[in-house]
Amino acid sequence: MSTTRVVIDPLTRIEGHLRMELEAADGAVSDAWCEVTQFRGIEMILKGRDPRDAWAFAQRICGVCTAVHAVASVVAVEDALDYAPPIQAQRIRELVLASQTVQDHVVHFYHLQALDWVNVPNAAKASPAAAAAFAANAGSTWTGNSVERMAEVKETLTSILASGQESIFTNGYWDHPAYELPPAADLMAVAHYLDALEFQRTMIRVGTVFGGKNPHPNFLVGGMACSIDVDSQTAVNQVDIDSITAWIDDTVTFVTDCYYPDVLALMKAYKPWFSIGRAADTYLAAGMAGAVFQGDPNDTRTLPSLSPVMGGVLLDGDLSTVHPIDTDKIAEYVTSAWYSQDDPDAGLHPSKGETEPDYTGPELPWEWIADEDRYTWSKSPRYDGRVTQVGPLARVLMAYAQGHDRTVELVDEALKVLRIELKDLNSTAGRILTRAIEAVTAAELMRDATWAAFTADVASGTTDVFNAEKWEPKTWPSQASGFGMIEVARGNLSHWVTIEDGEVARYQAVVPTTWLSGGRDAEGKPGPYEQSLTLDTHPLVDPKAPLEALRTIHSFDPCMSCAVHVLDPEGAEIVSVTTS
Amino acid sequence: MTLDSSPVPAAEAVVWREKTLGENLARAGVSRRSFLAFCSRMAAVFAVGAPVAGWAGSASGATPTAEEIASALEKVTKPVVVWLQLQECTGCSESLLRAGGTTVEDVVLKLLSVDYLELLMAASGDAANKALEDANASDHVLVVNGSVPTKNGAFCVIGGESAETVLRKSAENATAVLAVGACAVWGSVQASKPNPTGAVGVEEIITDKPVLNVAGCPPIGEVIVAAITYILANGDLPETDSEGRPTFAYGQRIHDTCPRRAHFDAGQFVKTFDDEGAKQGWCLYDVGCKGPSTFSPCPVVQWNLGTSWPIGSGHPCIGCTEKDFFDTFTPFYTELPDVELPGVEATANKVGLGLLGVAAGGVAIHSAATGVRRWQGNRKDAGDAPLVAFGDTDKVWLPTPQGRPGLGGRHQAPDETTEEQS
Repeated sequence: MSTTRVVIDPLTRIEGHLRMELEAADGAVSDAWCEVTQFRGIEMILKGRDPRDAWAFAQRICGVCTAVHAVASVVAVEDALDYAPPIQAQRIRELVLASQTVQDHVVHFYHLQALDWVNVPNAAKASPAAAAAFAANAGSTWTGNSVERMAEVKETLTSILASGQESIFTNGYWDHPAYELPPAADLMAVAHYLDALEFQRTMIRVGTVFGGKNPHPNFLVGGMACSIDVDSQTAVNQVDIDSITAWIDDTVTFVTDCYYPDVLALMKAYKPWFSIGRAADTYLAAGMAGAVFQGDPNDTRTLPSLSPVMGGVLLDGDLSTVHPIDTDKIAEYVTSAWYSQDDPDAGLHPSKGETEPDYTGPELPWEWIADEDRYTWSKSPRYDGRVTQVGPLARVLMAYAQGHDRTVELVDEALKVLRIELKDLNSTAGRILTRAIEAVTAAELMRDATWAAFTADVASGTTDVFNAEKWEPKTWPSQASGFGMIEVARGNLSHWVTIEDGEVARYQAVVPTTWLSGGRDAEGKPGPYEQSLTLDTHPLVDPKAPLEALRTIHSFDPCMSCAVHVLDPEGAEIVSVTTS
Repeated sequence: MTLDSSPVPAAEAVVWREKTLGENLARAGVSRRSFLAFCSRMAAVFAVGAPVAGWAGSASGATPTAEEIASALEKVTKPVVVWLQLQECTGCSESLLRAGGTTVEDVVLKLLSVDYLELLMAASGDAANKALEDANASDHVLVVNGSVPTKNGAFCVIGGESAETVLRKSAENATAVLAVGACAVWGSVQASKPNPTGAVGVEEIITDKPVLNVAGCPPIGEVIVAAITYILANGDLPETDSEGRPTFAYGQRIHDTCPRRAHFDAGQFVKTFDDEGAKQGWCLYDVGCKGPSTFSPCPVVQWNLGTSWPIGSGHPCIGCTEKDFFDTFTPFYTELPDVELPGVEATANKVGLGLLGVAAGGVAIHSAATGVRRWQGNRKDAGDAPLVAFGDTDKVWLPTPQGRPGLGGRHQAPDETTEEQS
C-alpha cells in the first residue's frame, strides 16, 4: 500500500494551536511531525518591566493552566532577590496550584479527551438503567448515577441530535470502528461529562478566595495579597475557611467516586491502548504535582507538605535509581524550530539560550511543511541529550520508585485490575490512567497536608501572608538572577529571570509542553509526541478520520501556548521574519 | 425604544431554524423554574450597568426582568455560532466554562449550536474545517477570542491559514461579531510593547460591520453569556460605550460600585500589603488599584459563582477591561497619576472628585462609616479632566460612556442638572 499524507490541523480539544502531519501506510502511522503554529513573544515583552509585574504577563502565557506561570514567576523573582514569603502565603499558592491541577485533570479527561473514546450518538441508544448499572459495576459511587439522571441526559442528547444541529458534536468521527464501548458506558460517560462541566466550577473556587478570580487569579511577589483574619468580614475569614473545607471535600469526592473509576473502567475497555503510544522512557519530575521550588530543587523546597517524594530523573526506563536533577544538563535545541542562533545545532541551557524568531517556512496557506528542515515554533528541550517525558506519568513513576504509599497502592491496584505491567504505563492509556491516579493523590494531599497545615496554623494565630522586607526596589541588588521550578498539571515548569537595575533584563520559561511537543533535535531524534506515533506500530485505519492519532496526542494534554516562548538574551529588538 | 440608528441586521436576518428554544427546553425537561434561574442570573448582569435601553419587549423600556429575558429567549431557535480562538491563551473559553447559572450547560447546548469551537468540538482537522466552512456559508454569530498578528501570518496558523484569513472568512456572513476578551478587543498582552508580532484586535481587521467588545482578561463568564443572550433575544447589538463595550456590563467604574469606596472617601488606605488596613478592607488605591479608571461589573457580579473578586481578595485591580492596560496601567503597584492624595477625611470628597473626573452617571456609594457625604455625579461639573496614561501624557485613555458613532450606542448624556446623592 502506498503512503498517504495526513494533515491534522487544527488539532482540536487542546489549548492553543497544534498541527500534526503524518504519513500512513497499511493502516498505521509511518512518520509524524509535530508542528506548533502560534508565536506571541511574551518573554520579549517582559523585558524592561517591573519584576513585581512579571507574573501578570507570564500568567497570560496560558489560561488553561492559569496560575501556574504566575506562581513560577513570583518564585523566580523571589529566588533572584533572596526574598522569603511567609509560610501561609506559600501554602496558599500550593492550594491554588493543587485545586488547579485537579480541575485541569478533570477538564482534560472529560472535556478534552473523552470524545476520542466515548461515542455520543451511541450513548443516545442506551437504556438509562443499563447506564446506571454500568456505573455501579465499575465501582463508581458518584451521586449522579441514578437511572433518572441517565434518562435526563439521554433525553438531552436525543433532542440535540434530533434537531439536526449537533453543536460541538458536529462532524465527529462517530462511525469510526475504534469506538468500542457499549451504549451504556457511553451514556454514563456523557452524563459524567456534563456533571464534570458543572462540578469543575466548584473545584476552582478554592483558588478564587485567595486570588480573586479564575482564570488568571492574582499573585504577589513577597507573599499573597489576601490577608487572613478569621474575625474580619473583609479578609479571608472563618466563613471562607469553612467553605473551602467543603469544596475540597467535594473535590476529593468527585475525583474518587467519579473521575478515577471512570478512567479505570474506560481504559479497561480499551486495554490494547496500554501497548500503543509509547514514547521516551527517561522521566523528569521535581516532586509530586504542586511541588514548588525556589531555585535548585536539590537544595530548596518551599514547603514540606509534598515532601514524601523528592525530585529526580529516571534514566532509560530504570526505576531502581533516582538520579538528582542537574539543571545544567537541560538544553534546548532549535534545529527544527523557526529560531535562529549562532550555532543552529547547539543545545543551549535556558539561562544561555540565544534565540530569535526566524520564520523560514513557505508562504501561507500551508499544504505540507514536514519536508522543511524547520517546521515548528516549539524548541526541543533534552535532558543530558535524552528525549524526556514530563507530566503525570513521570511524577507517578517517580513517586512509585520512591515508595510513596498511596501512589504505590493506587498503581498496584490498577495494574491488578487491568492485568498489565508497570512498563505498560508508558502508553496512550497509561498517560490517561496516571493522570487520574495523580488527581486522587493531589486532591488528598491538598486536603490532608496543605489545607490541614494551613488551618492548624491559622488556628494558632499564624496569619501573615506578606513579607514587606524586599518589596521596594531600593532594597534590591543592581543585578540578580534566579529561577523557580514547579510541578504543574502537564509537568515540570521553570521560569528563569535576570533583574538589572530594578527591571527584568531577561526572562525565560521552560514549559512542560515544550518538553513534549518539540520536534527533531540536532541528532534527528523526534520529540515525545512524534515518538508516540512512531516508536511502535500505531494504528490509523482511516486517514480521513485520524481518531487513533488524536487519542495518543491528547493523552499528553497538549498546551501549545505554553510551549512557545523565546527571549533574545541581549534584549535586542527582535523579529527578523522572512518568508521564503 | 428601538435602536433605529443601528446598522446591525435586524432579528429576521438571523437564520432561525427548527424549533424554538422554549419548545426545546420543554422537550428536554428543563423546567421553566430552572430556566428562570438562569435568566435571573442574566438579569443581574444586565442590572449592573446602564439601563438596557431598547430591550425588545421590556415593559419598562429599561433593564429587563428575568421573566422578560425568558420570554424573549424562549421564542428564539438555535443560531449557529462560530467561535474562533486566534492568538490567545484560551482563558476566555475557560471563563465561559466557569459561568454560573443552574443549568447553564444545558442552556448553552440548547441555546446555541456551536458548530466550531476548537476547545470543545469533537472533530479535528478536515472534519473541523468542514464544520467551519459549512457554518461560514450561511448566517451565524461570530465570537472571537484572541488577537491577529499582522507582522507575519505564520505567527498564528489555523488549518494552514493565517489567523487573519480565518477571521475574514468567518466574518463575511456573520450577523453579529463579538470580540470576547482583551486580546480580541485590543490585542492585550502580546500587543503590549514592543508588540513583537504586530498583534491587533478584531476591530482593526473587520471594519465593515460593528464589533461588540466584551472586554476583560478574561471577561467574567456570566458577562460573555449575557452578551450573547442579549443578541439572541433582541436580534441586535446592545448599546455600547465609546470603546464598543456593552454598557449593561461596562457602564460603571469599579470605583463607583466598590464596597471599599467608603474607605477611599474617608482617606483610609492600605499602605503595605497585609497591614492592619488590609485586614479591615481599606482602599487599595495607594498600592496601585486601577478601580477608579476601570469600567467593569466585577464588584457586583463577582467571579466563579460569586466567590470573590480581585479587590475583594485584597489585590489591587489591574484594570484588565481597559485598553492597553499592560502598558498604560503598569507598573501595576504604582498609584494612578495626577492625583492629590487624601490626607485627612475632610478633603476626601474633594479628592474623590479630582481622581474620578467624577463618574458620569455613576452611582455614588457612601457608607455610614464616613458619615453622609454629598458629591456631584455630573461629568460636566468635573471639568472633563480625564486621567492620562503612565508615561504617555498626551494620550487620553479614560473612556467616556457616550454612544459610539455607527454602533447604535445611544447612551444619554447625564442630566445637566446637578444631582445630589447621599
